[in-house]
Amino acid sequence: MSRFTKEMETRAYELLALYPEKRSATIPLCHLAQEQNGYLTEESMVQIADLVGTTPAEVLGAASFYDMLHTEPVGKYVVGVCTNIACLLQGGEELLGHAEEKLGIATGATTDDGMFTLEDMECIAHCDHAPALQVNYRFFGPLTNDGFDTLVDDLSAGKLESEVPPHGTLSRVQRKHPIAVPLEEIVRHRRDSDAKEGERLAAKAAAEAKEGSN
Amino acid sequence: MPLPPLKIVSARANDPKNVTLEGYLANGGYQGLKRAVLEMNPEDVRDQVMQASLLGRGGAGFEAGRKWSMLKKSDIRYLVINGDESEPATFKDHMLVESDPHQLVEGALIAGYAIGAARVFIFLRGEFALGFERVQNAINEAYDYGAIGRDIFGSKFSIDLVLHPGAGAYICGEETSLLESLEGKRGFPRIKPPYFPAVIGLYGKPTIVNNVETVANLPWIVKNGASSFTDLGAGRSRGTRMFALSGQVNRPGTYELEMAKNTFRDIIFDPEFGGGLRPGRSLKAIIPGGVSAPWLGPDQLDVVLGQDEVAAVGSMLGSGSIIVMDDSTCMVKAAWRISKFFARESCGQCTPCREGGSWIEKVMNRIESGAGREEDLDLLMDLCDNIVPGVSWPPQQTTICVLGPSIPSSVAVSIKMFRDEYLTHIKEGGCPYD
Ligand SMILES: Cc1cc2nc3c(=O)[nH]c(=O)nc-3n(C[C@H](O)[C@H](O)[C@H](O)COP(=O)(O)O)c2cc1C
Ligand code: SF4
Ligand code: FES
Repeated sequence: MSRFTKEMETRAYELLALYPEKRSATIPLCHLAQEQNGYLTEESMVQIADLVGTTPAEVLGAASFYDMLHTEPVGKYVVGVCTNIACLLQGGEELLGHAEEKLGIATGATTDDGMFTLEDMECIAHCDHAPALQVNYRFFGPLTNDGFDTLVDDLSAGKLESEVPPHGTLSRVQRKHPIAVPLEEIVRHRRDSDAKEGERLAAKAAAEAKEGSN
Repeated sequence: MPLPPLKIVSARANDPKNVTLEGYLANGGYQGLKRAVLEMNPEDVRDQVMQASLLGRGGAGFEAGRKWSMLKKSDIRYLVINGDESEPATFKDHMLVESDPHQLVEGALIAGYAIGAARVFIFLRGEFALGFERVQNAINEAYDYGAIGRDIFGSKFSIDLVLHPGAGAYICGEETSLLESLEGKRGFPRIKPPYFPAVIGLYGKPTIVNNVETVANLPWIVKNGASSFTDLGAGRSRGTRMFALSGQVNRPGTYELEMAKNTFRDIIFDPEFGGGLRPGRSLKAIIPGGVSAPWLGPDQLDVVLGQDEVAAVGSMLGSGSIIVMDDSTCMVKAAWRISKFFARESCGQCTPCREGGSWIEKVMNRIESGAGREEDLDLLMDLCDNIVPGVSWPPQQTTICVLGPSIPSSVAVSIKMFRDEYLTHIKEGGCPYD
């Protein structure tokens, strides 16, 4: 089952209502679908297309552009080791090599038990903790090989369930408020305030001109 | 000696309570927004920002006040905050978002008021999971507090603010790509002209795109006045700047420093800041401003950290990052890794960027792995020249966005500064540092 559950569907409609154009909800909805199913299934892309008013091909086209959106199953924990410049200088490549050994998989692959997917990431903006990595987009670093082993063992033993929730950026993010003021009303307001601002500026310019001529 | 740091945007960063509304209010939060909407007209706020000479902190360094003044008249206009922060070795917005989420919200609302935005979107890099929790929580609290929504703080001004996730693509930091992404599409940068989203932006409406740190300065500017801001810094570079120091330095981290008052030497070697290099190591090169920027050598340590000062020596202050490389580092490998980054992140629309970038990476990889030939250096320069005619700096633009023209600088400058090191790789058939 990979369509949104009833509860998730409610969240999906809340997200859709935040945008002047529904299509803007595409990526938030992809995150939501990943949170529910672990990855983006064909069925959920069809449903997202329906919700945002595009085609499944458009959703897949967008999804395939972004590194965080997975159209194939991934492990429970997505481990992304940064090998970009600041991490490279502090042993990021070696850490990635060690991670391959420890997990017994190549970069890009998923362990047989479905626990871990290993990725080679570009800079994750945690460079002062190099070599750094993310597990389900939670930051760790600087990591030694031993530190990496402990991290993986703790994850496997279920010790970090609360620190590292299921992947999906939105998994613990809940907006409490709907849009407070409809766009049409805002537009009327802005038209009025722009007109008033125009008058103020004109008055000021006139006053300055007068002062200048004195 | 560097001056004692006066902090604006990171002033509350070390107070863990500050992430909640209660803590932020105890630290003087939302006073800037209150003053703006209750005591000032939008044009007064814009005047203050213009007078403050607040240069954009996202990379290009365009004056915020001037950008705002270019906004095309329209009933609907939008404000989008750029929190995509994916420039390698740049991590100041990461820190600002997690440590002071309300400051970002307050700054975004002040900007929204000043330009009369119909709605504000904060586009945050998808990988900032904790940042999302913090900023969304701040938004929820700010609605309850009356800082967002209808008639904020009892003024007649109403506005909504939406936090929007990216999904992992460096290019979405480029503002037109960001807007495409926010519209639910692939992050392809838009063809220019129009040059500025201020004319045609989100959903075709005039839009201001500002960086996280840029708007984070606004609460302070409105509260303390533009002249307090211009009391800091020199020349065009006013106020403070967040520097992200990384690489082979003892104390990597973010440091907020007064603009144009300190040098690379200060930030790298002062015990308060970088604390110098590891014992026995010496400085080989610095990459300022992001990996698009030409590198600097140890002889340029006394260059002042200001917009024009760094530009004057042929590089840029850019995103405020500073990467330190010591003599244990292979310059070919460093330049190769940067070229790999660009090859991976090119969106593929323009031939020079897509093809040139991946060919440069292949040739760099060949040299680093020991299979290079002496002609490869000329080949690399030729490839660079095909992307940026004359390999000039600042680069001439042959492509839709400036990602492509950013590719040559690290390659060309490393060949220029460290030609011998390239030749050693070629002659010895391998990397001397392995
Ligand atoms: C390839 C590329 C990546 C960029 N990445 C970012 C980014 O991550 N964050 C950012 O604020 N600006 C980034 N920029 C600059 C933006 O296009 C834009 O100039 C900036 O957000 C404007 O904000 P400011 O005027 O407040 O600096 C990038 C530009 C390019 C060409
Ligand atoms: S220069 Fe590169 S990243 Fe920019 S639009 Fe062209 S192909 Fe895409
Ligand atoms: S280079 Fe690895 S986190 Fe920035």
